[in-house]
Amino acid sequence: MGFWSFFFIIVFLGLTTRWYGTNKALKLNSNIKEGPKLPSLPSYYGANAFLWLVISVLLFLIVWVFSKPYILDYILIQNIPKALIDEFGGTPNMLIDIIKATDISNIFPGTNPIIIENALYYNKIDKLIDSIAYSIILFVGLTVSIFSINRISFLFKARQAVEKTNINLLILCSTIAIIATIGIILSLIFEALRFFEKVNFFDFLFGFNWSPQTAIREGQVASDGAFGAIPIFSGTLLITFVAMFVAIPIGLFSAIYLAEYAKPSLRSTFKPILEILAGVPTVVYGFFAAITVGPFLKNFVGEFGFTIASESAIAAGGVMGIMIIPFISSLSDDVIRAVPQNLRDGSYAMGATKSETVKKIILPAALPGIMGAVLLAISRAIGETMIVVMAAGIAANLTLNPFESVTTVTVQIVTLLVGDQEFDSAKTLAAFALGITLFFATLFLNIIALRIVQKYREKYD
Amino acid sequence: MTNNLDRVELSLVGRKRSERLFKFYGFLGILIAFLFLITILYSVISQGQKAFFTTFIKVNIFFDSEIIDPQNQRNDEDIRYANFNKIITESLKKKFPENLNKNDSKELSSFISSSEADYLSEFVVKNKDYIGKYKNMWLLASSNIDVIVKNPEMEDLDEEDRLISDKQLGWLNQIRLNKELKKELNKNFFTKADSTEPEQAGIWGSLVGSFLTLLITLILSFPVAVAAGVFLEELAPKNKFTEFLEVNINNLAAVPSIIFGLLGLAIFLNIMHLPRSAPIVGGMVLALMTLPTIIIATRSSLKSVPPSIREAAIGLGATRFQSVVDHVLPLAIPGIMTGTIIGMSRALGESAPLLMIGMVAFIVDVPTTFLDSSTALPVQIYLWKSTAARGFVELTAAGVIVLLVFLILMNGLAVFIRQKFEKKW
Repeated sequence: MGFWSFFFIIVFLGLTTRWYGTNKALKLNSNIKEGPKLPSLPSYYGANAFLWLVISVLLFLIVWVFSKPYILDYILIQNIPKALIDEFGGTPNMLIDIIKATDISNIFPGTNPIIIENALYYNKIDKLIDSIAYSIILFVGLTVSIFSINRISFLFKARQAVEKTNINLLILCSTIAIIATIGIILSLIFEALRFFEKVNFFDFLFGFNWSPQTAIREGQVASDGAFGAIPIFSGTLLITFVAMFVAIPIGLFSAIYLAEYAKPSLRSTFKPILEILAGVPTVVYGFFAAITVGPFLKNFVGEFGFTIASESAIAAGGVMGIMIIPFISSLSDDVIRAVPQNLRDGSYAMGATKSETVKKIILPAALPGIMGAVLLAISRAIGETMIVVMAAGIAANLTLNPFESVTTVTVQIVTLLVGDQEFDSAKTLAAFALGITLFFATLFLNIIALRIVQKYREKYD
Repeated sequence: MTNNLDRVELSLVGRKRSERLFKFYGFLGILIAFLFLITILYSVISQGQKAFFTTFIKVNIFFDSEIIDPQNQRNDEDIRYANFNKIITESLKKKFPENLNKNDSKELSSFISSSEADYLSEFVVKNKDYIGKYKNMWLLASSNIDVIVKNPEMEDLDEEDRLISDKQLGWLNQIRLNKELKKELNKNFFTKADSTEPEQAGIWGSLVGSFLTLLITLILSFPVAVAAGVFLEELAPKNKFTEFLEVNINNLAAVPSIIFGLLGLAIFLNIMHLPRSAPIVGGMVLALMTLPTIIIATRSSLKSVPPSIREAAIGLGATRFQSVVDHVLPLAIPGIMTGTIIGMSRALGESAPLLMIGMVAFIVDVPTTFLDSSTALPVQIYLWKSTAARGFVELTAAGVIVLLVFLILMNGLAVFIRQKFEKKW
């Protein structure tokens, strides 16, 4: 039984169960000439039966999806002759991967005949255990639906049961957010701990030398200092600083203009334009930074006799700043507009001009909110990946000169993990150590920023 | 007293000037942001539009029977294995009567794309009558020639910086003079997947990959997010658990996208052993990312449904659950749809997590199932950008244009739904 035939049988079974349950309840109701009828509407009895069928089938399917690889591997290992495993040298699991990867419709000449035989066996078994599992699940579903149809009686309150199940399903869906967060934290911590078994925690956090490529060669122990992350952190901060240098003034002045000066009609044209900047995918900014801004800056600075790296921090950071502008402007705009009107009126009554009011009254009042916006923007900037991957460097230079090439945490994560398969080397695990640093840094910034913004809101609401 | 008034009077000029200046700064901020947007779009479009057309060269092909079918058997297999590159080179040589040495013919043969030999062999297999005859055919030019034709300013560069030699440039100009050069719609770009040769590479494979990925994302995230949004906004009791839920959702919305990629790598690939580079894994990762967006959209559009609707339903004897599912939720659907489309368009533009789960491979085949190796549209842009060959620059920009067109379409749809169906209370 293939998956699709199984799927359609289940759908058919579900609809039949629903129809049958509703009809049975209707019949029970119509048999009663006097006195109380069923406690719930007939359609709830059908819905109840349907729900149980779907839940049980889904549950079993999930169990099957997760356990299938293990069962399959077990069966395959039993079938492989011992001689082949000994001859192969590696672990049986590697042999199984080879067998699974063998394309039986287009066999590579010179393949070991035993492997081909096993590959054929694998294909057969794969289909066979699938159809066995589907049959079992189908049988379970059928049993459950018969059981729930049998439950239809005057004592059974179907509506309450259905609503309770539904609400529980909704809660289950909501908890996915928690599961995802836990998944992120656990996977990062787990892999990072494996990294810190190989590299000292303090060497990582306070080391000045980052050269993960040298430490991957076989037989070489991860040398001290090869995983010192300081140059990466400093590079990240440098690019973030450049980005903020571009984004804060432009974003803040735009926000002030939008909130205080622009007429409503002007506002309704300018705001969407700024939001378009926020909607441009980061890969487009990366392309712009690498193809247009980088060469332009190189030529421009070259005119004055300076030299600048083609993957300079200023190109990547500047373009990242453009990306952050709408972020700062829309958040600050909200904050400035939330400043109560009577503060403005008071200032005007004292004879202050609009700009003086903005500078002396509104900005100080809105400062905590703007700080929150800036912190959120910084957390955005340090987590940003594509712009820096495409426009910043790979080599870890410890420098504060924005015209030089620096690297960032996200760039390192990408370069360490893309293409590499060996999952036990310190090099790949280092990416997770960087990942967890990034995760907690952004989490920390976000929590502080949200606190500030919330406090600020309470103050004026 | 008068003294003070005079001082105010005197300061007014300066204060008014600084007022005007301040207002101007504000306007300047918006103007600069606007200019950035224009510059980005201009640099993308000016380069990208070139890739939508490609160069063809007219060659009078002589289907030499000595090369194609020396035994005169007209056997399909033999014809397929014949050296069609030689046929192209020999036919090209006839364009230039001067004596060409062996090196020259090599340089000449690089005028035509390597895919054209296959095209000719298929052509001959279908039309065997042409063997031994001449036929004028338009053949796809190689990428280097194409780049020079599209960027005439490159002809002035030094020979080392140019992609073609002086000799090749001379031939090219001669071809151009004979009007044996034309630009046509780049069909490869719209129908093929990646390739090592820029003139044969296309966006279609990654578009299909993106579509499959987004389909998984939608299937997984939409029901879950709507369910979570309905629960949190309408049914959840106010307690520690729901508070914790909300904190988690807000945090999830702010986690850098690359972290989701790390999650996918550690859990979906290394623990669950799902296939690398497959749209199903990409879809799962992006689903986790879009979840908060759709939850927040669902909640805000549920919030905008007036309480009178709920009260009326409950007043008529509906349970709380019935009032939400039968009355409030249908009214909130347009807002949820808008939020979902915006979430999907964000997922379409997202590439960092896909790099982590291996969707950056060089893939020549168009994916057909959720388990095939594939790339996604923004990742393809990244891949082309990282490729050294000059012809890929324009392809990259063209890929960006395609991506932007899809984003504009999706956002336009979202705006349309918002204006057409969303009720203002």
